[in-house]
Amino acid sequence: MRTMRLAEWVPLILLAIALAIYVATALATGQSQYLTVDNLLSLLGRSIALGITAVGQTFAILVASIDLSVANLISVAAVLASWIMAGDPAMIWPAVAAVLAVGAVVGLANGLVVTQLEVNPFIATLGMALLLQGLLSASFNNFAGAVPVEFQVFAYGTVGGVSISLLFLIALTVAAWAFLRFTRAGSNIYSVGGNAEASRLAGLRTTRVVILSHVICSLCAAVAGLYLASRLRSGAPWIGRDGVYDLESIAVVVIGGTALAGGRGGVWGTLVGVMIFSLIDSIFNITGVDAFAKQILRGVIIVVAVALYAARSRRIEA
Amino acid sequence: MSDGPSPLVKFLTRINPILIVLVVLVIVIAVISPNFLQPFGYMNFLKRAAPIIVLACGQVFVITSGGFDLSQGALATLTVIGSSILLGMDPDGTWWVITLALMAGVLVGLVNGFVVGVLKVPSIIATLGMMISLTGIALTWSGGAPRGYLPDAYRLFGRVLIKDVPFVTILPVAVIVAAVVAAALWLLMHRTNYGRLQHVVGDNPRSAAFAGVPHRRVRTLAFVISSVSAVLAVILLGGFAGVSTDVGTGLELQAITAAVIGGARLLGGHGAVGASVIGALVLQAIFTLLNMLGFPKPLRDVVQGLILIAAVALAAYRRRRSGQ
Repeated sequence: MRTMRLAEWVPLILLAIALAIYVATALATGQSQYLTVDNLLSLLGRSIALGITAVGQTFAILVASIDLSVANLISVAAVLASWIMAGDPAMIWPAVAAVLAVGAVVGLANGLVVTQLEVNPFIATLGMALLLQGLLSASFNNFAGAVPVEFQVFAYGTVGGVSISLLFLIALTVAAWAFLRFTRAGSNIYSVGGNAEASRLAGLRTTRVVILSHVICSLCAAVAGLYLASRLRSGAPWIGRDGVYDLESIAVVVIGGTALAGGRGGVWGTLVGVMIFSLIDSIFNITGVDAFAKQILRGVIIVVAVALYAARSRRIEA
Repeated sequence: MSDGPSPLVKFLTRINPILIVLVVLVIVIAVISPNFLQPFGYMNFLKRAAPIIVLACGQVFVITSGGFDLSQGALATLTVIGSSILLGMDPDGTWWVITLALMAGVLVGLVNGFVVGVLKVPSIIATLGMMISLTGIALTWSGGAPRGYLPDAYRLFGRVLIKDVPFVTILPVAVIVAAVVAAALWLLMHRTNYGRLQHVVGDNPRSAAFAGVPHRRVRTLAFVISSVSAVLAVILLGGFAGVSTDVGTGLELQAITAAVIGGARLLGGHGAVGASVIGALVLQAIFTLLNMLGFPKPLRDVVQGLILIAAVALAAYRRRRSGQ
């Protein structure tokens, strides 16, 4: 058993602090109904889309890349899904297949632009974001199509009292963790993220690793779009951007201890990051903080959390 | 090669290719719409380009020193909303409101510089956090639904045309402001020690620090310039845009695109104010052209996305070719 480095404890310490503040606020305001296990589960349930997206974003950041196109891809996926389904249960699987195909193509394009054209990933995915949103807004300007009741099970169904979507998120995280921990491709991701040049010299096909990570990232965003379509019963071209999934997914990944420089971190930390964010949201709700003031605090929290990690590093970074 | 390239080829290769792109675009626009060659045509074009020029000249400082400033757009929105609210209480307060806005710009730049330089947060995250917070402040202050308007005295800079000017007939104040800002920032970047330090810090922050360059101060000043330029740009923009919560949305991307088209190297070490001005003009020319061809606004975004990627890819390609 290897020992955990201090950095790996930071997400858990942050979670403990957030949890302590949450419990304290609930008790102080006399709203102990917030302290049941059910409530804590439903808390995480509200962040399913963020969770799915962030698991994917973890892969992009682990290879020292980043994906700013996820929010727009989520919108594309949700609109495409509900448009193809158009309320017809028979069209569920074709729609899911089409959405996943679009996700894979977007991820492939991101990966190719980053590796083959050597475009800074920040700019490459930002360009992709503009492109996706432009195409979507040119074609749709409101809720399009409808999701059949059968597909709404993804967001609203339960198994033994636990929601299917929450189980899905946990299963996805376990799968992602197992992939990173036990497969060769997973080790390659850490290796390329840690030092791309050394990995290349050691004989790794680094470009393939980066492309793979981008495809996984985009596929997760596409699935998050499917989930939102199921939850909202229809897709609209603004749902991804309204959820700020691009910035929030990056924020929770970083708060979860994955280094922006790549090569360090993992999906469990990301899940902890998602929990921290849901707790902060709930604290705001309990105390009745104004919705816009919430946003101010959120910006501050993101910066402070990243500063906590950066404080230990003596390096000067971009 | 034995005799080397001819002087003509040498001269042509030394011209920034983006200048040729601009000339081609202008010719195409002029062919489609001959009115463009009238003073009213090209001056109106320059007036529309003025805010992006100012933004790009500020952004290129941050890019050259090795970062991004994503908070420009949100600061612009906050400036417009704050100005309209303050001026709603005191319609004659244009001057103190503008002074206050510029001071807010300095403050935002200082905070960005502190978070990046002292707290060592990557500039993308630091300025993203700033962007989210500033948008939150703008929404809180206006209650989410901004009302009010900007009085004419405030809109003067973006709107007024000076008539009967020799040679060009009319001269928009916005163009004068943009030219002055660009000239001042050009001097600062390319004719002062501070400008050289920007390049040094961006090229290799570690060796710059070892060499005793006050890298924190240098980077902080870059962020201050970028924020102040955002405030100036939106005062120009306020002349022809309304008061809304999304007046500044995406401005930072246009500024980054313009700087990158102008050859600024992402992650630092290379950037030019003059080329960024040309980049801004190219971007505005492309928007004008798309508008003339009847492209809807969403497709404009698609084109901007493609240009952004293409410009960076081309720069990477040229760098590989030249073996740097």
